[in-house]
Amino acid sequence: MFQAKELECVKGYDCLFTNINFTIQAGEILQIQGTNGSGKTSLLRILTGLSQPETGEVFWNGTNIDIDRESYLENLIYIGHTNGLKAELSAIENLQLSRQYLGQSNDKPTQQALEEVGLTGYEHILAHQLSAGQKRRVTLARLSLNTAPLWILDEPVTAIDVDGVSAFEKTIETHVLNGGMVILTTHQSLNFGKAKTLSLSLT
Amino acid sequence: MMLKQSLSQAFLAELHADLRLAYRNKSALFNPLMFFIMVAVLFAFGVGPESTVLSKLAPGVIWVAALLSSLLALDHLFREDYENGSLEQLILSPHASSALILAKIIVHWLVTGLPLILISPFIAMMMQLPGQAYGTMLLSLLLGTPALSLIGAVGVGLTAGIKRSGLLLSLLVIPLFIPVLIFGASAVQASTIGLSASGQLYLLAAFSLLSLLFTPFATSAAIKISLN
Repeated sequence: MFQAKELECVKGYDCLFTNINFTIQAGEILQIQGTNGSGKTSLLRILTGLSQPETGEVFWNGTNIDIDRESYLENLIYIGHTNGLKAELSAIENLQLSRQYLGQSNDKPTQQALEEVGLTGYEHILAHQLSAGQKRRVTLARLSLNTAPLWILDEPVTAIDVDGVSAFEKTIETHVLNGGMVILTTHQSLNFGKAKTLSLSLT
Repeated sequence: MMLKQSLSQAFLAELHADLRLAYRNKSALFNPLMFFIMVAVLFAFGVGPESTVLSKLAPGVIWVAALLSSLLALDHLFREDYENGSLEQLILSPHASSALILAKIIVHWLVTGLPLILISPFIAMMMQLPGQAYGTMLLSLLLGTPALSLIGAVGVGLTAGIKRSGLLLSLLVIPLFIPVLIFGASAVQASTIGLSASGQLYLLAAFSLLSLLFTPFATSAAIKISLN
């Protein structure tokens, strides 16, 4: 169970949002909507613990995420605005390094994870030579290596083509139907099939 | 099946990846080294070929050049990783981030500090450093430059989020570099006149060991502040 209580975020003199409360159970998706600059990314960063909220707390299974940080991070995968790919490493090298960063992973070969996101033949291309959409696909491939139940995704399908988006929707649906949780922001309307989707609007 | 990733595996993977990156991006590797060589060469030209003057200046010049070129190299330590988001992923890894950061600092020293030490005998030759001081010079650089990389990392961590932070970084770390400079140069100085330099060398070793103990934690905290 993932819970946010009375979160408030202040940037400079602006109050981006205040009194954000929600609870997500296993098997639910939370889609965060809002205009540009409404604080979606700031909210996600607070939920991961990268940023501190002005007030409020975030709980993972009833424990504040700052208190038992390690077990929270073992259960979390975060994909931010930036892809987190090192420019001079190839797609597969980047993915291998990401796997080591995880607390635990499944035994799926890195090669296969890249195939699943449609990057067969691009394994050994350096990240800076890939197109924006291909880079995003390498980043999304991290999801399939991971066994973490909680996914926090910031605009995951930016620059991804139509086929990629529908594959992504499938991945999310499968994850959630297997008892995972997803929190994501997006400007596109995504269809997660049978998965239960909640939504939160920031104004 | 689930694979549990151990910290030592992650540490080695980070080490490996960073070494590979350094190999593929050689300009970052050569710039500080070129700077080191140029300072020494220009100094020799500027002061003139008189060997008594040069050899008197040599310990100080070699150490100042080494210090400035480590400072120049520092900027690359976290800059790219901050911009491409992989620093964020490192901090969000359940492994101790200080250990992964230490791996990055070790690689940074290996690719910027170590070449500097290897080239230093040639610089010493140019600066007419007396023969009996070569050993001490190598040892003092070997013991002192790790402290520069480690202490510098804290400053880089703090300024990672700031664009064009070069000046701020210098202001932050140069005061902390000064003790290393004083004892490094004085070790070489002592051995040029035939005195024992062991006191200074022990102190340099102590600086490096102490920074090895504390700076990875401080750097990790500094990066968390920068990312906030």
